[in-house]
Amino acid sequence: MADTQYSWPSRDDAKLLGKSITRVDSLAKSTGAAKYAYDINFPKMLIARGLGSPHAHCRIKSIDTSAAEKTPGVVHVHVLDLAKPGSEVQWQGELLAIVAGESEGAAAEGVSKIKVEYEMLDVFVTDSDLAAATEAGRTSKGGGKVQTEREPGDDDDEEEFLTKEFDRLFKESKYVVEGTYGVDAITHCCLEPHGATVRWDGKSLLAYLSTQNVSGTDEGFANDLKIAADDVEVRCDYIGGGFGSKFAPDYWGVAAAKIAQATGRPVKLMLDRDQELKIAGSRPSGYIKVKLGADKDGVVQVWDSEHWTSGGATGGGISHGVIPYVFAPKNYRRNAINVKTNLGPARAWRAPNHPQACAITQTAYDDLARQMGADSYDVFLKNLGTDDKPGVGGAKPSVYAAEMEIAAKLMDWKAKWHPHGKGQAKGSLVEGLGMAIHTWGGGANDSNCLLKIYPDGGVESFCGTQDIGVGTRTVCMIVLAETLGLPVEAVKANIGSSKYPVSGPSGGSTTVGGVSESHRRAAQDALAKLFELAGKKLEADPAALEAVGGRIRVKGDPKRSLSWKETCTLIGMRPLEVTASFKRGTPSPLSNQTVGGVQMAHVTVDKETGVIKMNKFVAVQDIGLVVNRKSAASQVYGAVIMGIAYSLFEQRITDPKSGAFLNAELRDYKLARIGDIGEIVVEFYEPDSERQRGVIGLGEPPVISPGAAISNAVCNALGVRVPVLPITPQRVLTALQKTGRA
Amino acid sequence: MTDSWKCSDAAANFSRRDFLRGSSAVAAAASLTAAAVQADAQQASGVAIVSGATGISLDVNGKTHKVSVEPRTTLLDVLRYQLDLTGAKPVSGDGSSGAATVMVDGKPLCASTLLAVACVGRKIQTVESLGGAKPDAVCLAFAEHDATQCGFCTPGFVVAVRAFLDKHPQATEAEIRSGLNGNLCRCGTYANVIQAAIAVVKGGK
Repeated sequence: MADTQYSWPSRDDAKLLGKSITRVDSLAKSTGAAKYAYDINFPKMLIARGLGSPHAHCRIKSIDTSAAEKTPGVVHVHVLDLAKPGSEVQWQGELLAIVAGESEGAAAEGVSKIKVEYEMLDVFVTDSDLAAATEAGRTSKGGGKVQTEREPGDDDDEEEFLTKEFDRLFKESKYVVEGTYGVDAITHCCLEPHGATVRWDGKSLLAYLSTQNVSGTDEGFANDLKIAADDVEVRCDYIGGGFGSKFAPDYWGVAAAKIAQATGRPVKLMLDRDQELKIAGSRPSGYIKVKLGADKDGVVQVWDSEHWTSGGATGGGISHGVIPYVFAPKNYRRNAINVKTNLGPARAWRAPNHPQACAITQTAYDDLARQMGADSYDVFLKNLGTDDKPGVGGAKPSVYAAEMEIAAKLMDWKAKWHPHGKGQAKGSLVEGLGMAIHTWGGGANDSNCLLKIYPDGGVESFCGTQDIGVGTRTVCMIVLAETLGLPVEAVKANIGSSKYPVSGPSGGSTTVGGVSESHRRAAQDALAKLFELAGKKLEADPAALEAVGGRIRVKGDPKRSLSWKETCTLIGMRPLEVTASFKRGTPSPLSNQTVGGVQMAHVTVDKETGVIKMNKFVAVQDIGLVVNRKSAASQVYGAVIMGIAYSLFEQRITDPKSGAFLNAELRDYKLARIGDIGEIVVEFYEPDSERQRGVIGLGEPPVISPGAAISNAVCNALGVRVPVLPITPQRVLTALQKTGRA
Repeated sequence: MTDSWKCSDAAANFSRRDFLRGSSAVAAAASLTAAAVQADAQQASGVAIVSGATGISLDVNGKTHKVSVEPRTTLLDVLRYQLDLTGAKPVSGDGSSGAATVMVDGKPLCASTLLAVACVGRKIQTVESLGGAKPDAVCLAFAEHDATQCGFCTPGFVVAVRAFLDKHPQATEAEIRSGLNGNLCRCGTYANVIQAAIAVVKGGK
């Protein structure tokens, strides 16, 4: 209905929107009833396991699967294209062959019996070492930009002008900070590994795929299997983590379908933990050399940086466009270099580019505060700029400033603050404070919704979206129930099938916005039709009706009303069906984009052991309109904890000689555990000015700042910068020794 | 404190009081030793060498199940593939994630590092035994306090919390933070798990 005015209820009128509502499927998860792709069991199903290349860079000379084929319980051996003699393997763990058997044991034994001859090739994995990468010929230009307030004259040689101009700007700076910063590569480390359980029914494929892209992966299967897309159904009722790494069926998902086709039996193929960490996604590393100059007030006037990053064997890295992060100095020169290694390729990792950019540049701003002996809070505040000239991402400096004030109160910043390295030590323990700020877009994704309202009052929606941990089902139901004036449990949301109306992938904080758009529109359209029917019955103008508390009633005259069920009987014999669509990028009163957030960390560092303890972490986040307060807060808690992990614990450790990924098991790949997180305080920044913008995605933004905030807190405690994340005890001790403060 | 494990029939003898006696580490060491002695004795008499598939009975969630296992078959594989009890999750082969945590004779153990043949005669309880029409207080608290995001770690975490609170029914927040480090969550639900566990302690369940 073109004439429906789409809108959200006001804060006062909202019954469900913005309240804390328990997820409808959390009990299914907490009792083990929720079925993930890994959990789907079909009769006569084969279990498949892959053989990964033990070498990071090699050429396949030969592969012999005969012993594997003869292994008791092995039913099928599938050799992948990469294992053909002459093929070049570019990173460790890449799958060469897949063995399907009657049990995990049979498949694993079969894998162990495959014989492969390899020709070893040169290996490069030390992405942190730019000189070594350059010498090895592994670097390429990653783009860059120069901006100066003064323009070169017509007769000036541009390069000469820039050299002189930057020299001048640094000479005129009251403070000059030079530093090298970095953040090592990490992996997605989804707890449910990538993979699928698949079954053919005649010419149709049913694939339970662990995916964050239900509506987009059916075509992926169809293309690779050369079948029609309508012969594929991808299902994903639950997904055990994605974080940006599960957008495609992947070649192993397609291989599972091929094996199922060849054997006539269902197949389950999930990566094992080692493979999950080695080949199923990583976040690019990032290292930077920075020189910045600031005026007497600590406002950065000139920024000059070169950063090098590695997205693994397929190249790519961190865009220069986010350097320096959020802040917008008047003069800057930034260059990016991409380093190609023999490591598994990067995939989008929660807020691509931003966490690394924040960690390697807002640390430099904090070092400016350290050099000035100033309060980091003041230096951050002074560099925010003005609303007419926002920095990277375009979030308003006034929003950051307001959030900083809130965060500082929650942290008790002023009482806790001391200049860098000047805190009162208790024995070997020193405390420190740090902060960082971040931005993200989070505009709503494409989403289509089919809404059915039955004559008996039942309500259900169908939408090809997924729940990667956001609580998508519950969001859909809250929006429907709010709109129709019903309790949450009176409506049902069906998600997780590629046969449902198309909805965008869950990437870039776009899901809640997208499904809120499609569900609100569908529900408002349906309600308009119901109002027409109820209006006749109540002898009232449809425009004068409202849906509240399970009734359709006349505004201002609540006695003239029909119950929801009575209203629905007016629909007739068949359900009322409404479809609604939202196209990404369409201006809408229901959703928006661009948020800012502020985070502060308080830590204790033990100078003797190098161990860091998180005391308190404050996250203040602008997200526009909150749909479900409970799950929204959880997303921020989770992002902060993920941030603590990559700040203090998590790193991909490689052997420089062999290129082996040395810690690809969870006992060695350190993540934060429950005892590591300290106190976390989450606060949404939601004045009317921000709420009225509508729904904005939340998944990415709060994971961006922890790296810089925690690094800055450690630096504030020690008076010494530990330049590279994760800040392991060893790195703390090394930094202290280098500066003679140990 | 009420017994909140949903034990029925065959598992009725299961007592958490047995579990509460002494430290779990000592108990685990003792049972290992006993098992080793038994294995030695059996090997010496030449009767218990198993190879290939063999039928065994496992006591899972109060019912006896006949299953077919090989010596290498893990308890986790039996639960997931033969009994379709997929609550315990395969996250790490080495047990370092805790996602495959189940209770064996009242102790939280990792089903992915236990051989099925070693579980004969032991009472196994999976997260599914905490569900049903009247879910356990821990399952309810996880839901109420939103201690699930993707949810893949959740069943193992629920069993670990249940076992921990059975042993420490009056656990403080500090004890909860230090006592549940065997379980990994990638989404970062720890803050909510802590709140859920505190709520269970306060509720006395």
